[in-house]
Amino acid sequence: MGATVIRSTRGSKAVLAGAVVAVVVAASLPLWGESSWMREFVEISCYLIFAMMWNLLAGYGGMVSVGQQAFFGLGGYVMLALGNLYGVNPFLAIPIAAAVAALASLPVSKLAFRLQGGYFSIGTWVIAEVFRLSIANVSAVGGGSGTSLTALRGISRSVRESTTYWVALACVVASVALVYVFLRSKEGLALQAIRDSEVAAESQGIGVERMKLAVYVVAAFGCGMAGALYFVSNLRISPDAAFGVDWTAFAIFIVMIGGIGRIEGPVIGAIVFWALNKFCSDYGTWYQLGLGLLAIVMTLFFREGLGGFLNRRLGFDMLPTRRILKLGAEPVALKSQPVVEARV
Amino acid sequence: MTETLIQGLLLGGLYCLFSLGLSLMFGVMRLTNIAQGDFIVAGGFAAICIAPLVGGSPLLAGLVLLPLAFGAGYLLQRGLLNRTLGKDPLPSLVVTFGLSIVIQNLLLEVFSASPRSLESGELSTGSLSLGGDIVVGTLPLLIFVAALAATVGLQLLFARTPLGRAFRAVSDDREVAELMGVRSAHVYALATALATVLIALAGLFQGLRTTVSPADGPLLLLFAFESVIIGGMGSFWGTFVGAMVLGVSQQVGFGFDPGWGVWFGHLVFLAVLVVRPNGLFPKTKG
Repeated sequence: MGATVIRSTRGSKAVLAGAVVAVVVAASLPLWGESSWMREFVEISCYLIFAMMWNLLAGYGGMVSVGQQAFFGLGGYVMLALGNLYGVNPFLAIPIAAAVAALASLPVSKLAFRLQGGYFSIGTWVIAEVFRLSIANVSAVGGGSGTSLTALRGISRSVRESTTYWVALACVVASVALVYVFLRSKEGLALQAIRDSEVAAESQGIGVERMKLAVYVVAAFGCGMAGALYFVSNLRISPDAAFGVDWTAFAIFIVMIGGIGRIEGPVIGAIVFWALNKFCSDYGTWYQLGLGLLAIVMTLFFREGLGGFLNRRLGFDMLPTRRILKLGAEPVALKSQPVVEARV
Repeated sequence: MTETLIQGLLLGGLYCLFSLGLSLMFGVMRLTNIAQGDFIVAGGFAAICIAPLVGGSPLLAGLVLLPLAFGAGYLLQRGLLNRTLGKDPLPSLVVTFGLSIVIQNLLLEVFSASPRSLESGELSTGSLSLGGDIVVGTLPLLIFVAALAATVGLQLLFARTPLGRAFRAVSDDREVAELMGVRSAHVYALATALATVLIALAGLFQGLRTTVSPADGPLLLLFAFESVIIGGMGSFWGTFVGAMVLGVSQQVGFGFDPGWGVWFGHLVFLAVLVVRPNGLFPKTKG
């Protein structure tokens, strides 16, 4: 009896093709769209990238961080310092800021990894607070009240807005593609094995600690990129805005709505979050309260999230990262076959 | 110098009350309550609401508040938090984080963002002389004594009573404890009820000593957490000492610059994490 490993289906290929078309259409938006659409897209892109990184940490690496805003804020401030103080083009400063955040995550991980489970979460929060309070003491970047990004002053508004938009689109596509390719690679398989069972993964020779560190560094890179991008678009930064725990709160909400531990989760969650923000944010405290309640309800009763629900209804994974072992010689429709999930 | 030390220790007394509940819940069921700080703030607001109904006395308000807190804690654990327990810490973290957001916004809606405090009458102005020119306020001293009593009480409860034995049993191995006839759902709920009483007491004192406002919760959580980790997990005396270390550190930081107190406390916490990752008096590991 033969066996084949299924890594994509006709449906998932269609989703991928649809995504490519959507990106091409989106890329032309500055030619026909309104500038408010571009601003909204940039903002939601930052939330999406941040949420994807949180999903990678909590959903795959088992690290429920409440302190990723440390790297978000750091990315923003590094971009601002490079632009305002050293004359670097802010758009070029985005990848540099992300790299600095990734570099900073190495010593930070030495501290944070000394704590496990829930205490890891609060420990990362303390570290983010230390970042916030420390930067509030640096007067060169405006101290506690913050400062404005002056490096983009010479550029006209429309050029600035469409460039920011294209950079944001590139960042989102790159992040989704990177996470997708990574999860489909051998290392990604190892990470999914860790998600399913740390002990079993370790017993199969996976270096769990090394893998977790890698995920932590990648997540710091992504969060730093999101932060730099956000403040290029926002033009004004302050320690409270850059290092606020709200970023993590929204990331948790986005991921729990879309489905944790699945790549399409944050994408779907971010779309829902955008829609809710647009139509309900006038309700202020009640809206925030509702988001908190929704996160609780999703966690207790719908752990698979909207992404998992959609995948189940469609009958295939939209962005498959699993390797499904199919027994039997002739290829038949996937659903009717006995499938064994490859857990390695 | 002596002044800073004494003020720091008295502040530590308050932090000890903040952190005992966190330590208790983590110790018994490995549950990290991210809403700990918001519970404290909610306790403070509850005391502020109750006080006028009982003639303004903080003592009577406390007598009404604490049994209510016990009941609320029990129901919260039975109705909600028990569902989140398991090997994976994620559900309990996300649920308590969600609770934190819900409580903050609910308090903001009901009480607005301005800080409130609890009228204490002569309690807040009174002071005691400790010989020489050292004078301490009656209220901070009362808080310190309450923290000491709570620590001794919890230690005795865990070491000497059947309930304490049940707490330790479910903490060590839930399934075996259940086989021995321990109803773990009930025991967990009692642990949270007890923790909530301590939290409400901490909130009452916080409202008496300074102010409470809806956005204060997260910072109080961090203080509670730092006390637990500095002291070492699994030991109430460790938590007590950790709170003292944090209180003194912050007071020393305040001495340098009024804006540095909290920051200095964080740095001392990180230093302890580097030098003694299991805290000063470790007993159990995460």
